[in-house]
Amino acid sequence: MSRVSDLVTDAVTPPSSPASPSRAEPSPAAPASPAAPAAASAPRRRPTRAAILFAGLAVTLVGVMLLAACSGQLPISPGEVWNSLLRGLGVDVPAAAVPTTDAALWSIRFPRIMMAVVIGAALAAAGTLMQAVFANPLAEPGVVGVSSGAALGAAASIVFGWAFLGEWTIAVAAFAAGLVTTLFVYLSSRSGGKTEVVTLVLTGIAVNAFAGAALALLMFLGDAGSREQIVFWQLGSLNGSRWQQFAVVAPLVVAGLVVAFLLARTLDLFSLGERGARHLGVNVEGVRIVVVVVVAVLVCAAVAFAGIIAFVGLVVPHLMRMIIGPVHRGLLAASVLGGAVLLLAADLVARTAVPMADLPIGLLTSLIGGPFFFWLLRRTRRRAGGWA
Amino acid sequence: MTAQASASGALPVTDAGPDPALASTLAPALAAQGVGVVIDGATLLDGVDFDARPGEVHALIGPNGAGKSTLLGVLAGDRPAASGSVQVEGRPIGSWRLRELARTRAVLLQQHDVFFPFTVGEVVAMGRAPWRGTSAEDDDERLIAAALVQTDVAHLLGRTVPSLSGGERARVALARVLAQAAPTLLLDEPTAALDLRHQEDVLRIARARSRSGDTVVVVLHDLNLAAAYADRITLLAGGRVVASGSPDAVLTGERISEVYGQPVEVIPHPRTGAPLILPLR
Repeated sequence: MSRVSDLVTDAVTPPSSPASPSRAEPSPAAPASPAAPAAASAPRRRPTRAAILFAGLAVTLVGVMLLAACSGQLPISPGEVWNSLLRGLGVDVPAAAVPTTDAALWSIRFPRIMMAVVIGAALAAAGTLMQAVFANPLAEPGVVGVSSGAALGAAASIVFGWAFLGEWTIAVAAFAAGLVTTLFVYLSSRSGGKTEVVTLVLTGIAVNAFAGAALALLMFLGDAGSREQIVFWQLGSLNGSRWQQFAVVAPLVVAGLVVAFLLARTLDLFSLGERGARHLGVNVEGVRIVVVVVVAVLVCAAVAFAGIIAFVGLVVPHLMRMIIGPVHRGLLAASVLGGAVLLLAADLVARTAVPMADLPIGLLTSLIGGPFFFWLLRRTRRRAGGWA
Repeated sequence: MTAQASASGALPVTDAGPDPALASTLAPALAAQGVGVVIDGATLLDGVDFDARPGEVHALIGPNGAGKSTLLGVLAGDRPAASGSVQVEGRPIGSWRLRELARTRAVLLQQHDVFFPFTVGEVVAMGRAPWRGTSAEDDDERLIAAALVQTDVAHLLGRTVPSLSGGERARVALARVLAQAAPTLLLDEPTAALDLRHQEDVLRIARARSRSGDTVVVVLHDLNLAAAYADRITLLAGGRVVASGSPDAVLTGERISEVYGQPVEVIPHPRTGAPLILPLR
């Protein structure tokens, strides 16, 4: 934009007014010279802020990854982590002093770290997409029933003891049920080829309520063991993450993110409203369908293995938008990084805060995310009169 | 005096003579025949014929609920007509791809809100979206800068749109629509939120665009603005066309009094001769 501001201060020739040649003030042009220098410098602030933010997020991400690798029941020094990393990559480095170091890192901590990164990125990106495409700051994947549907699928497979896919059954059931629920909510709130946002949210509320009741019924039907399993699944945890899971989740998340970034510039236009976007050539409903599918895939992939992790998709996009503004190419990238950092940090706290115990991470994100979101709301209201 | 020129009168495009390329541009940029719109049993439009040609400012006027915005929505392709047909540059509007349509016509709505805190510069740049990936992208910066200056929002460049006043937001929306550089402009009450000077600005811009060969359809409530700037006026009431033609022909005291339910007198402006509509008070 900076070159535009240069052009503006050059004062482009205004259109002539053939009808009123005798007027003293014939042009609609603004001289506006006193304000021009200030305006010209203003748009430059965002790129600088963005650079600082991206650098900060990248450094933080690497830092937290390293910290997470070092922390745990078996403390490992950063140097040992580095050596183990090199050994794993086939570089000839002397063996670790403690023999279990490699096993602790490569079969427990590294997969868990990588799962936290991709799941955090997926949840935050999904939240950004939802908010963008419905031009609504409250849109969150949970609204369209992704989480409750997935929870229902997981609970059903636990209670009925489904095992047709072995140990993957719960994850697959959660993924499928989440996807189906999302598509049901979306398609049933469409009418005459259009989706009304309020209808979508209300449909989501109805479906979420139904799914909640069905979940309660399943817990009632199940025995104590499955009840406990359902409760803990719902609370969310990255405990027990393995490379095989990462190998399933990562490609889904990467595919979803690629589509998201391809759509980023179009997403900006949604902030003009449906008609405004359409007038600029956007197939509003077409883009929405693609985005809803992408969101469902991203969130279901995350939820299937980690359970329900709330607020990441709601808070991270808001926070990033406050820092670098709403332009979606930057916002998506920042949200991906921010979501990864947030979930990784939350998981680190979850497994180290209480010795010998793994706190449910979904509990943690809601515990911190809820009050934080409240603060964010108050602050935004004060500064810009709210989002609406 | 151009305000009263007939559509085939003093327009620059006709001065070029029989050049076939220019003559073909005189075909209606937008045309509608027998358009009807019914929603929930209410007839919003009924058998409306309409056309707008390159080089003219065509004003749509009428009392509240006359169907002006509905007609504009049909012409913009936002809502389908239950009956009748609409053509854009001679082709049925339904056969246009959205992106092509966006390069052909730009629409200014009454609603100018921007949902997230985009800056003025970012919003105006959105007007260039239909041209992404074409050679017209080279003009982006020039057109954006020109639109910012024309609408007098250049000094707001770095401000976020939600922090602006209603009138400023309306001008930013207009700047975005102008930056779109489409040869047909559909403007729905572009002067509603604006002060005196910026109202005149908007219509001066509309007229300048029409004089360079573009087509402008503008919904107006201010009959004097319509009288001063429109080449043609279509008066709607109850979803039907009551009258259509030059301002002098349409804006008669008797007709306006009857359609609006408010007695008026129409006198020629002492200097320009344009009709002046004054409510009887």
